[in-house]
Amino acid sequence: MANTGATAASSTDKTAEHTPAMTTSGANTLRMKVTKINFYYGKNHALHNVSMDVATNKVTAMIGPSGCGKSTLLRTLNRMHETLRHTRLEGEIALDGVNILTLDVTRLRRMVGMVFQKPNPFPKSIYENVAYGLRINGHKGRLDDSVEKSLRRAALWDEVKDKLHKSAYALSGGQQQRLCIARALAVDPEVLLLDEPCSALDPVNTAKIEELLFELKPTCTLVIVTHNMQQAARVSDSTAFMLNGDLIEFSPTGHMFTTPSDPRTEAYITGRFG
Amino acid sequence: MSVRLMWRKSLNVVMLSLTGVCVLLTVSVLFFILGYLVYNGGKDLSWTFFTHLPAPVGEEGGGMANAILGSLKLLLLAALFGVPIGLLGGVYLAEFGGRTIPFVVRYTADLLNGVPSIVIGIFAYALVVMPMHHFSTLAGGFALGIMVIPTVLRNTESFLTDVPRSLREGAFAMGANKWKMVATVVLPAASRGILTGVLLALARVAGETAPLLFTAFGNRFWSPGWDQPTSSLPVVIYTYATGPYEDWHRQAWAAGLVLLGLVLLTNILVRAFLTRGTAYERS
Amino acid sequence: MATTPNAAAPADIPGNSRTLSRRWAGADDIAHAITLIAAAVLLLIAVLLVYQLWVLSAEARTKFGWKFFVTEVWDPVSGDFGALPFIYGTLVTSAVALILAVPLGVGAAIFLAELAPPKLSSSLTFVSDLLAAVPSVIYGLLGVFLLVPIMRTTIQPALKATLGFLPFFKGPSYGIGFLTAGIVLAIMIVPFVLSVSREVLLAIPRDQREAALALGATKWESTWKVVVPAARIGIFGSVFLALARALGETMAVTMVIGNNPKIAASLFSPGYSIAAVLANEFSEATGNLYLSALIELGLVLFLLTFVLNGLARLLILVTTSRGSGVLPT
Repeated sequence: MANTGATAASSTDKTAEHTPAMTTSGANTLRMKVTKINFYYGKNHALHNVSMDVATNKVTAMIGPSGCGKSTLLRTLNRMHETLRHTRLEGEIALDGVNILTLDVTRLRRMVGMVFQKPNPFPKSIYENVAYGLRINGHKGRLDDSVEKSLRRAALWDEVKDKLHKSAYALSGGQQQRLCIARALAVDPEVLLLDEPCSALDPVNTAKIEELLFELKPTCTLVIVTHNMQQAARVSDSTAFMLNGDLIEFSPTGHMFTTPSDPRTEAYITGRFG
Repeated sequence: MSVRLMWRKSLNVVMLSLTGVCVLLTVSVLFFILGYLVYNGGKDLSWTFFTHLPAPVGEEGGGMANAILGSLKLLLLAALFGVPIGLLGGVYLAEFGGRTIPFVVRYTADLLNGVPSIVIGIFAYALVVMPMHHFSTLAGGFALGIMVIPTVLRNTESFLTDVPRSLREGAFAMGANKWKMVATVVLPAASRGILTGVLLALARVAGETAPLLFTAFGNRFWSPGWDQPTSSLPVVIYTYATGPYEDWHRQAWAAGLVLLGLVLLTNILVRAFLTRGTAYERS
Repeated sequence: MATTPNAAAPADIPGNSRTLSRRWAGADDIAHAITLIAAAVLLLIAVLLVYQLWVLSAEARTKFGWKFFVTEVWDPVSGDFGALPFIYGTLVTSAVALILAVPLGVGAAIFLAELAPPKLSSSLTFVSDLLAAVPSVIYGLLGVFLLVPIMRTTIQPALKATLGFLPFFKGPSYGIGFLTAGIVLAIMIVPFVLSVSREVLLAIPRDQREAALALGATKWESTWKVVVPAARIGIFGSVFLALARALGETMAVTMVIGNNPKIAASLFSPGYSIAAVLANEFSEATGNLYLSALIELGLVLFLLTFVLNGLARLLILVTTSRGSGVLPT
C-alpha cells in the first residue's frame, strides 16, 4: 500500500513487503483509488496531497483525531462535498478506473452509497425509506422483494417485517441506523461509505453493526470512518491514519496496530494524543 | 447516460429554474409598484399638494394638507392609546406573569392581530361613534390604536425575554428590586428592538383605510380638535381613485406615492436599524 | 397580588431596612398591577369586540336565523338581507387567490430555502416582507388603473378565447370582477406564503437532504420528495394564514370586484365580498336592521378568520418546533 505526504520513504518499502496478497478474484482488486488530492473549504486547505486505495470487497478504515480530515476525505468519495458552498477538490479519484469527477454525480452516488453518523431516516414508513432510492430511479408500484432483500442484508428484516408500514421513527436508534444501511443498500451500491456509523449508538447496537459489516464485505466494498481505534482494529482490513489533513500512514490493519511505521501513528494508537 | 437519468436531470434543471422564476416574479412586483407610483405620482407632487386644502368637488387643483394632518393626528392617537398598553402588557408577560394569564393574553393578542381591520372598524364604531352620534378623529384613532396593541405587546415581550438572565441577576445583586431592574436595566437593553416594533406597528396602521371608513370617515376641510370627522391619506386615496374626476385620479397617485414612500422608508430604515445588533452583549 | 422577589423581608430586621424593603415591595406590587391592568385591557377589548358583534347583530340574527346564510337577496329597501352573495364572493376570490399564490409562494420559498446562498435568501425575503407592508389601498390603486384595463383588453379576452368553454370564463368582461379581485389578492398574500414556507423548509434538518442526495437523488428530487413533504404541515399552515388574510382584505378587493351582490359562475362577473360590502355600505346604512345585518356579516368574517388563524398557528408551530414532520408520508 502506498503511503503519502510527509512520511519517510523507507517506510514505503517496509510496508510493501508486508502487503498481503490483495488478489482475491479477478483483476479488479482496487475498487477506488484516490490520487494526490487537495481539498479546500474556502481558504482552508483541509486535505494535503492525500492518496489512498480502497480494495474491493474489503473494509478500509480511516482513523485520526477530531478535525484530521477523515470525514472530509470520505465525503469526497461520493462527491458529497459539492453540497456545501465554497469547496474545491483538486486531484483524481477513480472508481473502477474512471475519474468520478467526470461521472454524472447522481449515477456516482448510486454506485457509492453513504451512511451517516446520526441515523437520518426520512419521515416515511420503513418500507418507503428503503424503497426511496429505487423509486427515484423509476421503480413504481410494489417493491416488496427488493425491500425485503435490503432489510435482510442489513440484518433488520426479522425485527421489522411485521411493521413495514409503520413510521421509521418508531424504531430505536440502532434499528434506525440499520434501516439507513438498508436504504443505502437498496440501490445496490458497489461501495458503501460509513461516516462514524456507530458513534451515536450503544455498545450492543455497535456490535450488531460491526457484525453486519462482516456479512456485507463479500458483496460490497466498505469504507468506514471511525474515531474508535478498537473498532477499526476489529472490523477493517486496511487502515489509514490521518492527522491535520495529511494521510500519515496507510497499511494493513494488523501491521498498523502492532508495528506502526510512523512515530505519530504510534503516538495516536497508544493514546498519547487525540 | 440512460434516458431515465436524462429525464431526471432535465426535470431537475427545469423545476429549479421555475422556482427561481417564482422568486423573480414576486420580487419584481415590489419594484414594479414603486416604479409605477413614482412615474404616475411623482409629476403631481407639488408644494400645493402638501399645503392646500382640496378644491371644491369638480374643480381642479387643491391639495391634501388636511388629509396629511388628519393622518398625523390619527397616528398620534393610535400611538397614545396603543403603545402604552402594548408596552406595559408586554412587560407583564415577560416579567410578571405566571402560566395561565400570559398564555391567555398571548393567545388573545394573536387573535386580535388576525381580526380583519374592517371588523375593528365596526367595533370602534360601536364603542365611540354610536355614543357620540357622529364620526370623529377620536373614533379613528381608537380603531388604529387597537390594531397597534397586539403587535407592540408581542414584540415587547419578545425583546424583553431576549435580554439575558445575567443582566437581570447583575441588577438584583446590586440590590435593585424588580421594577427598578426592569425599568433601568432590562427595558433599556431591549429598547432598540421595542422601538422598532412600535415604529413598524405605526407604519402599518398609517396605511390602513378600512377601519377609518366609518370612524374618522372623511372631511374636505380641516378637522378642528378631536371630535370631528377627519380626512386621512389612505381614505382620500380610496375616494379619489374610485371617483369620477381625472384630477382626482392624478392626486390619488401622488398621495399613493407619498403614503407608500413613508411606509416603505420606515420599514427599510427600521429593519436595517434593527439588524445592527443590540445594546448588550449577546451571551 | 403575586409575591415579589423581595418579599423576603423578615420581621426581625430592625427599623429602616424593614420599612425600606416594604416600600420597595410595594413599588413592585404597583408595577405588577399596572402591567397586569394593561394586559387586562387587551383582554377586555377582545371580549368587548366579540360581545358587540354579537349583540349588535342580534336584530338580524333573530329575524333571519340560518336562512341568512343561504339567501341570495340583499335589498336594503325592502329590508330583506341574505349573506350568500358575499360569502360566495369572499370564497371565490380567496380560492382564485390561493390557486395563484400558493404555487408561486411555495416555489419561491423552495428557491430561497434550498438554492439561494444565505445572503441572497435574506435579502430577497426582506423584499418580500416589504411587499407585505404595502398598504391595501395602494394595491387597490394599481388594481383599478393598471390591472383592470389589462384584464379588460388583454387577459380576459385571451382566456375567453382559449378556455371559454368553461363556465368560469364565459360572459362579458369588464375588467373588474372575481378574477381581477382574486389576482390582486394573490399578489397580496404571496409574501405570507413565501415567508412562512421558507421558515418551515429551513427548519428541516440538513441531514435529511444529505440522506437523499447520498442515495443519488437530484437536488429537485431531494427537495420535492423529502424536504417539502417533511415540511408540508407547516406549509399548510402558511396557506391557512394566507387564506385568513385574503378573507379579510377589504380595500383592494372593493376597488376591483365590482361591488355587485351577484352570484355567477363566470369569473369575469362582478361580485361582492363580505369585507367589500362592509366598506361600501356601512357608513350609509339606514335603519337598525340594515346595520344589524351588516354587523352580522362582520361577525361571520370574524369567526372565519379566527378559526383559520388558530389552525394556521397550530400547524406552523408543529413543524418549526419539531424540526421535521413526524407523520409518515
